[in-house]
Amino acid sequence: MATEKKPEPDELIHIGPEMAVAEADLMPGEVGRFVQGTSLWRDAWRRLLKNKLAVFGLVVVVIVTISSIIGPTVIQRVFGFTPDYIPSNDPRLTQSFPPFTGPNGEFSWAHPMGTDNAGRDQFARVLQGGQISLFVGILATLVSLLIGVSYGAIAGYVGGRVDNVMMRIVDVLYSLPYVIVVIVLLSMFRSQTPRGQLILLFVAIGTVSWLTMARIVRGQVLSLKNQEFVLAARATGVSNTRIIFRHIVPNTLGPVIVYATLEIPQIMLTEAFLSFLGFGVQAPLASWGSLAADGIQNIAVFPWQLIFPGVTMALTLFSLNFLGDGLRDALDPQMRTV
Amino acid sequence: MFRFIVRRLLVTIPTILVVISITWVLIKLAPGNFYSGEKPLPPAIEKIIREKYGLDKPWYQQYGKTMWGIIRHLDFGTSLRYQGQSVNTIIKRSLPVSAAVGLLAYLLALIVGVTVGSIAALKQNSKWDYGSMALAMLGISVPNFVLGPILILVFSLGLYWLPPSRWGGFPSRNLVLPVLTLSALYMAYIARLTRAGMLEVLRSDYIRTARAKGLSERDVVIRHALRGGLMPVVSYTGPALAFLLTGTVVVERIFALPGLGNYFIQASLNRDEPLIIGIVAFIAITLLLMNLLVDIAYAYLDPRVRYQ
Repeated sequence: MATEKKPEPDELIHIGPEMAVAEADLMPGEVGRFVQGTSLWRDAWRRLLKNKLAVFGLVVVVIVTISSIIGPTVIQRVFGFTPDYIPSNDPRLTQSFPPFTGPNGEFSWAHPMGTDNAGRDQFARVLQGGQISLFVGILATLVSLLIGVSYGAIAGYVGGRVDNVMMRIVDVLYSLPYVIVVIVLLSMFRSQTPRGQLILLFVAIGTVSWLTMARIVRGQVLSLKNQEFVLAARATGVSNTRIIFRHIVPNTLGPVIVYATLEIPQIMLTEAFLSFLGFGVQAPLASWGSLAADGIQNIAVFPWQLIFPGVTMALTLFSLNFLGDGLRDALDPQMRTV
Repeated sequence: MFRFIVRRLLVTIPTILVVISITWVLIKLAPGNFYSGEKPLPPAIEKIIREKYGLDKPWYQQYGKTMWGIIRHLDFGTSLRYQGQSVNTIIKRSLPVSAAVGLLAYLLALIVGVTVGSIAALKQNSKWDYGSMALAMLGISVPNFVLGPILILVFSLGLYWLPPSRWGGFPSRNLVLPVLTLSALYMAYIARLTRAGMLEVLRSDYIRTARAKGLSERDVVIRHALRGGLMPVVSYTGPALAFLLTGTVVVERIFALPGLGNYFIQASLNRDEPLIIGIVAFIAITLLLMNLLVDIAYAYLDPRVRYQ
């Protein structure tokens, strides 16, 4: 029985992450009732699961991610075509079919989202576009995480004049019309290979999206750096680099994760915007933005070419935004502003 | 206040020059040139072109010439693609198009967003609140290049109510769809910001005082709560303008409007250097001046904010 176990006099009883109560503080009847300790993460997870919209978002994001990753391979196994497969020997097939329609206008399961102008399967292309869009979103967020966290942590920890100069640089960069500069960058250094253009896209998006992250982390570090555990670390002779990255940065993770989740849809939107204008992902690779750009050319005749990639993207962003909002409420209820 | 404005201007001007310089460096570093198309030119002709546009001179002379023209006369030179037209003429011609779409979109977003956001805050946790906030999330998540074509599909190609594209002068039916497309995102953001701001203000002491004085609920909301509750919206104006400028690029592409954004994309694709630099500089100047105006408005609206 739980009541049999008597806690040690100085043992702490954890009720939640915010509260640690010593035995002496408990009401007489409660002495000895041992409460299972919960970590910050398990607590946040439980709060997240209570939020129906966030769970919906999580489910959709997981479904979209998994089907983007394995979808093209499965389609290739089952139907025998890849996203860039053009049925070139049969002229009847190299045209845009409506969803669920075969070459003679009959019902067919082969192309649930129709085909594009060259007869490529739209479903496979949307899934492959999802691969690229999610990949760019996650990788560019990681790049901005790396730069932003290091920059913000160093500025906040060192403080003084260094901090002043570093943050002034961020202020100046903030006020730049950066999308405009990115367009110039991408159009001037247009790469010959689709892969090269993709890398250029990462560099362009990653280097400008770390600013907000740097500000958030700096704010956190400023409030953390005067706490006892940092003083203790310094007193035991830990180097500054180690204090920043081993002791301070892990404590800023909550807000950082929340902001990163909300940043993924932003970056995916930027990528789609650039690809839509023709500066991003190049054919035969496809992203949701470039598929939408192709689709808009034929919107009057073949509306499904735009609707499927567009709606898939909107649904994914919608879910990611809800998930991010839910995570923010779960991890840091005080940050609830917008 | 005056000192604050002067100091901000002193930071703004170098920032603009830095933006122009970054753009200039990017253009010069990139391989190729505006005349290097699919076919290589004969060397003699290439030499003449390089002499004509001063490309044979060392880089510091080219840079100096560009910057001096901008600093001295705000003159960005002549377009390479649109023969004989100065960059200033092109900007002057295309600006009204972008400004009309952008300002109308912002106005619409402000009116609808503030109304919806206030109602959501006043009826917190009601079905109105949840409904409008879900709609706002949808507005944030649907990219404008998806929303625009869908609007065209429904209202132009389906119902035949509105023209699908082209510029038709200032007050014209052609403006309806571009303005709707562009404003959806800001509408959603402003509604969320207003709701958050209002929720915070409605709990504050001065609202309780106003209620205790016996003011009608309408007076409390309109005269007292809105003023404080709209502060986040005011501070969002700066970023909103930046988004608006990039948003117009897409919207002008979708609806084939001859605005700044469309010219900018064309210029980037054609490597029309003076035009790129001109438009980038123009956008940077507008953005930074607007941010300054927003800060001044902020200080005026919120007496707690003091700039040294």
